[in-house]
Amino acid sequence: MNLHHNKTFAIGGVHPEDQKLSAGVPIAPLPLPKTVTIPILQHIGAPAKIVVQRGDAVKTGQIIATHEGFVSSNIHSSVSGRIGIIEEVMDSSGFKHTAISIRVKGDDWEESIDRSETLVEEIKLTPKEIVARIMEAGVVGMGGAAFPSHVKLSVPEGKHVEYLLINGVECEPYLTADHRLMLEKPKEIIVGIKILMKALGVEKAIIGIEDNKSDAVELFQEVLKNEKGITVEALEVHYPQGGEKQLIQALLNREVPSGGLPADVGAIVHNVGTTFAIYEAVQKNKPLIDRVVTVTGKSVKQPSNFLVRIGTPVIDLLIAAGGVPEDTGKIVSGGPMMGKAIADLDVPIAKGTSGILLIPKEESMRAEVYNCVHCGKCIEACPMGLEPYRLLILSKKGNHERAKEEHILDCIECGSCAFVCPSNRPILDYIRLGKTQVRKLKKV
Amino acid sequence: MNSVILYTIISLTAIGIVAAVVIYFVSKKFAVQEDERIGKVEQVLPSTNCGGCGQPGCHAFAKAVVEAGDLSALHCPVGGNAVMKQVAEILGIQAVERDPYIAIVRCSGSFEYRKKTNIYDGESSCKIAATLYSGDTGCAYGCLGMGDCVEVCDFEAMYMDEKTGLPVVIEDKCTACNACVKECPKEILELWPKGKKNQRIYVACLNEEKGSTARKECAVACSGCSKCFEACRYDAITMENNLAHIDFEKCKLCMECVDTCDVHNIITANVTPEKIQAANEQRLKREERTRKKKEEEKLAAAAAKQTSNEPAPQ
Repeated sequence: MNLHHNKTFAIGGVHPEDQKLSAGVPIAPLPLPKTVTIPILQHIGAPAKIVVQRGDAVKTGQIIATHEGFVSSNIHSSVSGRIGIIEEVMDSSGFKHTAISIRVKGDDWEESIDRSETLVEEIKLTPKEIVARIMEAGVVGMGGAAFPSHVKLSVPEGKHVEYLLINGVECEPYLTADHRLMLEKPKEIIVGIKILMKALGVEKAIIGIEDNKSDAVELFQEVLKNEKGITVEALEVHYPQGGEKQLIQALLNREVPSGGLPADVGAIVHNVGTTFAIYEAVQKNKPLIDRVVTVTGKSVKQPSNFLVRIGTPVIDLLIAAGGVPEDTGKIVSGGPMMGKAIADLDVPIAKGTSGILLIPKEESMRAEVYNCVHCGKCIEACPMGLEPYRLLILSKKGNHERAKEEHILDCIECGSCAFVCPSNRPILDYIRLGKTQVRKLKKV
Repeated sequence: MNSVILYTIISLTAIGIVAAVVIYFVSKKFAVQEDERIGKVEQVLPSTNCGGCGQPGCHAFAKAVVEAGDLSALHCPVGGNAVMKQVAEILGIQAVERDPYIAIVRCSGSFEYRKKTNIYDGESSCKIAATLYSGDTGCAYGCLGMGDCVEVCDFEAMYMDEKTGLPVVIEDKCTACNACVKECPKEILELWPKGKKNQRIYVACLNEEKGSTARKECAVACSGCSKCFEACRYDAITMENNLAHIDFEKCKLCMECVDTCDVHNIITANVTPEKIQAANEQRLKREERTRKKKEEEKLAAAAAKQTSNEPAPQ
């Protein structure tokens, strides 16, 4: 019997059923779509500036929009073909943003990209060159938030980073994109980790993986036998462990101060998907033009993991996974906890889209809302130590100053509070509203 | 036994008298000196504490008015000119007349015209829906229809029309307090002058998308066709972001633009159909005249050209 308890974060969290239906399905490349629609805002920060025009011929991997300012990201063409209409389209955020459509013709890649499968281990670039290369390749955090990676790697002066943490937690139920990537590309991920370690100048890296993916943990233990400085840690299955602050607490037992950055406690966190993209960007000169997307759901015929070009419409993935089941109530971009229902099947896959989840009707609709019974379950579940029920009231009453004092901005929007609420109260909805209002206060 | 009651009465009375004297002197000594006009002004104000004037409440407004001693920047929209006149009388200053305003709904996308493309099952609040996505119809600019505006209205001047799914402002009750305007996340409500004889005219659409897209999303969307813009004789209509906008300061309420709109989305209030028809006929006649004039000019120009092209007699 295993008496050793796996690590996890200290407060809050919930345990939804993990439902990893597609865990055993290898990553399969999705056939090229007829057209792709590439939004120029797929990341946190300023939208990229379009540098192509309608009618231009582009190659796969060619830059089509450049970053505007530092906190922004380059966007590359994920296919070869001709630039079509440039207009506002609905994306997975639920809002319309400008996007470039490209009619696909063949698959003609930029010559500078190394498309071979050979593992390139030697890291030739200097730390500065690495960051510049990552910025050039338009790599953003692929766990969902899509924060530009080069910004994360530019540690503010005066902060000392001790640990690089690699997020292989994938705590969202259903999703298996990171899991499959870890199983299929462990060596590449390790080179990616070494690149990040070199760029940050750190000696120690820890890969955190939840123990429902014991095969990945064992694989990494095997591959890392002769590696110095990189270790793998099995973590207890505990949502939202994939949150940056939660992972730091689980692995290092350090708490990021309110409003602070991971660098304040000497850590930088990158997702495994991002690490793989960084390997490809630095060693293979390949910009971020594709990603692994899980297509899953209880009634989906073939839950799958696809390697998808950015900008592919969601409908293509659904068809490849056996079509939309009749009982589908909602189609969610992302996981069931933090994902967002999409309103249109032509929504393009973006850099931050980790999965497409089809939820059956009976599970998808919200239940009737009752009054708050002050049971305190939401407080128990909040991994940030907030009082969600109070934040809901403050936000509803428009008392945003007070909500700010109650650290509403610390909320990571994991949804644990709404998940446990016995009265089905729309806690997270109001907190989200409160956060936007508090941010407005700041500006004024 | 009786003596206990007696002593109690005597001692309590004594304490009462002493306390009354103390309180009298304290209240004299620490009295807050407030301009008595503030109280008087407050009495004539509507006491709704709606905040429509920009002050936190009626007392704060009274205080601000007395302190400013000038009514140019302060106005109670609920009380209107009548109340402001009383205020001016109390303060002995010049009253400033202002046009009364009313809230208007700048969206005509009813259920019939604007089809639902998805179902929203979250909290029934426009503000929350607006943080999540652009709406349950194709139009990202239109009314979300959950009635946040109706909820904040202190004067019961609004209701949601069940047939159209849009809010309706009741003209007699709306005080132009601005509460609904501030509440609407899509900025659909706007304060608009009530107008001469309560006649108003405005474009009830905010869709900035290009015409073909906008019309797909909503059958009555402003497509930015510029017909109204061209018909206006007073430069009161501007075209911006594929959208027509009527400037109420320039508009002379001639109503000539109303019938130019293909989708009848130039909304009028308290205007008889006869007036609109007459205005339209007048416009058509004028356009006919200019067309004829242009044609004549063209003919004349062509004739002149021909004569000049003829070879000069030798």
